[in-house]
Amino acid sequence: MIRFDQVSMNYGNREVLKAVSVNLQEGQTHVIWGTSGSGKTSFLRLLSGLMRPTSGSIFLKDQNINELSQTQLAQRIGYVIQEGGLFPHLTARENLELATLTRKWSKLETAKRIEELAALVQIDPKDLERFAKQLSGGQRQRVALIRALMLDPQIILLDEPLGALDPLVRADLQKELKRIFNTLKKTVVLVTHDIGEGAFFGHSITLFHQGRLVQHGDFNAFVRQPKNEFVSRFVSAQAPTPELLEAFR
Amino acid sequence: MTTYLLQRLGALICLLSMVISPSSRAETERPIRVGSKIFTESFVLAEIIAQTIEDAGEVKVERRFGLGATGIVFESLKTGDIDIYPEYTGTIAEIFLKDQSLKTEAALNSKLQTLGLQADTPFGFNNTYALAIGREQALKLGIRTISDLLVHQDIRAGFTHEFLKRQDGLEALSRHYGLQLHNVVGMEHSLLYQSLADGKIDLVEVYSTDAKVAKYDLVVLEDDRHFFPNYKAVLFYRPSSLSRYPRTLQALKKLANSISGAQMIKLNAKVELDRASFAQAAAFQLDKAVEKKTFSLEAIGQRTVEHLFLVFVSLLLAIVVGLPLGYWATRTRWWGSALIAGIGILQTIPSLALLCFLVPVFGIGYLPAVIALFLYALLPIVRNTFLGFHQIDPRLIESARTLALEPWQMFRRVELPLASPSILAGIKISAVINVGTATLAAFIGAGGYGALVVTGLTLNDTNLILQGAIPSAILALLIHGLSEWLSKKLIPRGLQENA
Repeated sequence: MIRFDQVSMNYGNREVLKAVSVNLQEGQTHVIWGTSGSGKTSFLRLLSGLMRPTSGSIFLKDQNINELSQTQLAQRIGYVIQEGGLFPHLTARENLELATLTRKWSKLETAKRIEELAALVQIDPKDLERFAKQLSGGQRQRVALIRALMLDPQIILLDEPLGALDPLVRADLQKELKRIFNTLKKTVVLVTHDIGEGAFFGHSITLFHQGRLVQHGDFNAFVRQPKNEFVSRFVSAQAPTPELLEAFR
Repeated sequence: MTTYLLQRLGALICLLSMVISPSSRAETERPIRVGSKIFTESFVLAEIIAQTIEDAGEVKVERRFGLGATGIVFESLKTGDIDIYPEYTGTIAEIFLKDQSLKTEAALNSKLQTLGLQADTPFGFNNTYALAIGREQALKLGIRTISDLLVHQDIRAGFTHEFLKRQDGLEALSRHYGLQLHNVVGMEHSLLYQSLADGKIDLVEVYSTDAKVAKYDLVVLEDDRHFFPNYKAVLFYRPSSLSRYPRTLQALKKLANSISGAQMIKLNAKVELDRASFAQAAAFQLDKAVEKKTFSLEAIGQRTVEHLFLVFVSLLLAIVVGLPLGYWATRTRWWGSALIAGIGILQTIPSLALLCFLVPVFGIGYLPAVIALFLYALLPIVRNTFLGFHQIDPRLIESARTLALEPWQMFRRVELPLASPSILAGIKISAVINVGTATLAAFIGAGGYGALVVTGLTLNDTNLILQGAIPSAILALLIHGLSEWLSKKLIPRGLQENA
């Protein structure tokens, strides 16, 4: 479904991705792991067409994305940037309507689609009349997800969707998202630096470090066969401390 | 979203094109424009000239009084913005022609001819500069002549800025007498006497026909070494403007030698001490029935209309020019910064100085005033527009790009609404600044509340000053309120403080 072939990306004179090759299966959820500045957000931006690779090629179902316009890409890819990226001057509903602007949908079509997706992500339609700053963090993420789903894309990109939420909301929304992904059967690429989220969501996990792809595989492989010292350190960094385990015993 | 800044702007531009023209009334017959400088005697003489022309009955008169410093009035006569005003021979020779050797009327006119100007018909008195000192102080120090100052060089002196700067002013006087005064301050002419009465200064510059010489009981120091030149009041005019009106010209010539020095002091005193209007003083001199005129709502109404025109036309121009400039500045790196720095420098020019720069190019009146106000209004609008667009969170732009919005949709739906609070704040600042600065437009004959303030300052008439100052303050408050209301209407609700 998604194939990176020797993709490198320079930003100014800094190399943010170095010769990355990876293949992500259709209909699965793929987690991108990495520390800050590892290149994981750049990976999403390349995929969404916001940036173009310096060298190498990216394919969606064997079509090079360089051959696709931004409008065609928006059709196929829904992107939820960090913290949702909702426009503060618009109500949640107006934010959603903006996504269909280029498609010239009728009011009715748009309203129907919003209703359908509001039911899917379980947000009260009344809340859609509010402005972003009047919504809770979890509601904002739900609205942002609806916006990304409006045009029914094949691929959904999420950049730290649970990053700014408190632990309780986070745990709830995690389950919610998994249910939604399973219902939709779309190809999902989810960026996080949280180990638990990777294990929870990822059919596959890809770990980046300093612009390089370090390891690609399932969670088990990361734990049992870490490629190098960095991988084992990354995976074990967030493991519960002995004291914590003791407390739960 | 039903309200978009741009739609509103379109409406504003339409309004502007309707509003900008009505001051150009159909000119059936061009009136004779009488000017004056900004002190009592000039006002009174100008009013005498104006009434004389009106009484001749050939042509209408437009009064463009209180045109500020000498340079502005002369420039206006040269360019034909005014046709006639009262001037003094000494000023014409030294300030305009820069030639002190021109002692006679004939010598003056041979030079003026090449400029298409003429100076004749001396009113009959000499209003020269003089130095004066309070009577008590004069007796105590034994000062009677200017030479006597040589032994009192630490005396506290107050002079007008003009006297301090002009070639035949303090510098030349000091050289002539070998004088070196140590304590000299510069101030407005109307404040000199008050400062003297308050005991802050002892020596002042006066005009020999000034009513205040009597009022403050001053001793005019004898010019024992004959430094001060002749300043005979004459008609200074454009012969081409008057030649078509023989009766008018004849009536004006009859003003020759009609006012003695003592009479002029009396006329000045009528205005400054007895609170007569210029028109009343002039009518008294011309031996006519005196019409009584005091506080007039109609006059304030007219000033309000003038003031609003000045403020809104300049503001609308600044919006129409400033918004695109500010937006453009965000799209270029160096040019944008250079532009904002450049407009910032404009802002530092004192408003009166800027007005004076514009007079030689645009003449006097409405146009240069609007241009000056436009230039002042520009910076807050350009800078705030620039900041408004510049400060948009880049993640929101990215978010908009993932929705594949067209550039125009991106601008209208995302960038402009997000920048609108800052843009409107800039417009609000400009509007309030303009209300205040527009009062200065009176110095170049553009009217407005400033005309009342300026006349009031000249007459030392607090009443008149307040008639201009209070409505001006009220207008500033109203405009502040109006822009608050507009902000509420135009800024998207989601970006407002208490949404």
